[in-house]
Amino acid sequence: MEAINHLPFIVGSYAAACVIVGALIAWVAIDFRVQRRAIADLEMRGIARRSAPERTNAALAEAKE
Amino acid sequence: MSLIDLANPSRFLSFANRVLPWLGGVTAIAFAIGLNQAMGAPDDYQQGATVKIMFLHVPAAWLGMMGWGVMSIAALGTLVWRHPLADVAAKSAAPIGAAFTLLCLITGSLWGRPEWGTYWVWDARLTSELVLFLLYLGVIALWRTVEDPSRAARAAAILTLVGAVDLPIIKFSVEWWNTLHQGSSVFRMGGSTIYPTILAPLLIMAAAFTLLFFTLHIAAMRNEILRRRARTLRLMQAQAVS
Repeated sequence: MEAINHLPFIVGSYAAACVIVGALIAWVAIDFRVQRRAIADLEMRGIARRSAPERTNAALAEAKE
Repeated sequence: MSLIDLANPSRFLSFANRVLPWLGGVTAIAFAIGLNQAMGAPDDYQQGATVKIMFLHVPAAWLGMMGWGVMSIAALGTLVWRHPLADVAAKSAAPIGAAFTLLCLITGSLWGRPEWGTYWVWDARLTSELVLFLLYLGVIALWRTVEDPSRAARAAAILTLVGAVDLPIIKFSVEWWNTLHQGSSVFRMGGSTIYPTILAPLLIMAAAFTLLFFTLHIAAMRNEILRRRARTLRLMQAQAVS
């Protein structure tokens, strides 16, 4: 009986954990894509750091997307 | 590869690309084992089934504090050695530490209602934890306010080291003041007061959350290095145009 009364608090805690951890993972994954695309886009326009290695085919293909 | 080699951003990127898939896999396995153990753990003789909230609340609280600890060490790297990777480490840890502190506050509130009869009290432990969350928000705001990353890093490093005073206050608040929050029950003189069948899942969940923290931190550091490279390229583009 007590477990049933307290169920919303337990479920609420685990749901909050899922939302917060999910948001963190999504933030990191989306930010990675955004930054990689931004660099590939700039490199496509011929702007590259002096120390940067030559553009890879993958970076070029991504910039074209 | 030695630790000092990783202080080079390019080498760090290569290290992150190699280690992240493995770290992510190990983290997922640790969570699978931890959650399985947590769901199978017996109810507490006093708190009943709500003890299951502890498997989230306690690791989140530890990692909220550890996040600030990581930022404090990185702040020393910024102020003493002026190393750009230290800035990157500090900036990347802030949102992750803030998220774990928020999770600690939410789960603590949801645990407090059935056990204490209230979601919140202005108790020393709860208040000092809330202060930590506000400090995280302050540091994140500071990073966003100052455009030049190296200037922002120095200001954020000073705020981080000042804010580190809150860590011992959180830890010892339950001993220094008469609080509604219970005292230490895991790491204490005389050993843990938690029964082994509940302590084991707690420690596995803590390990899983710690792995998650480092996985996210390395990934966020990789993103920050890429963001700075993109910024440098945009500045080069602007100079070429003007």
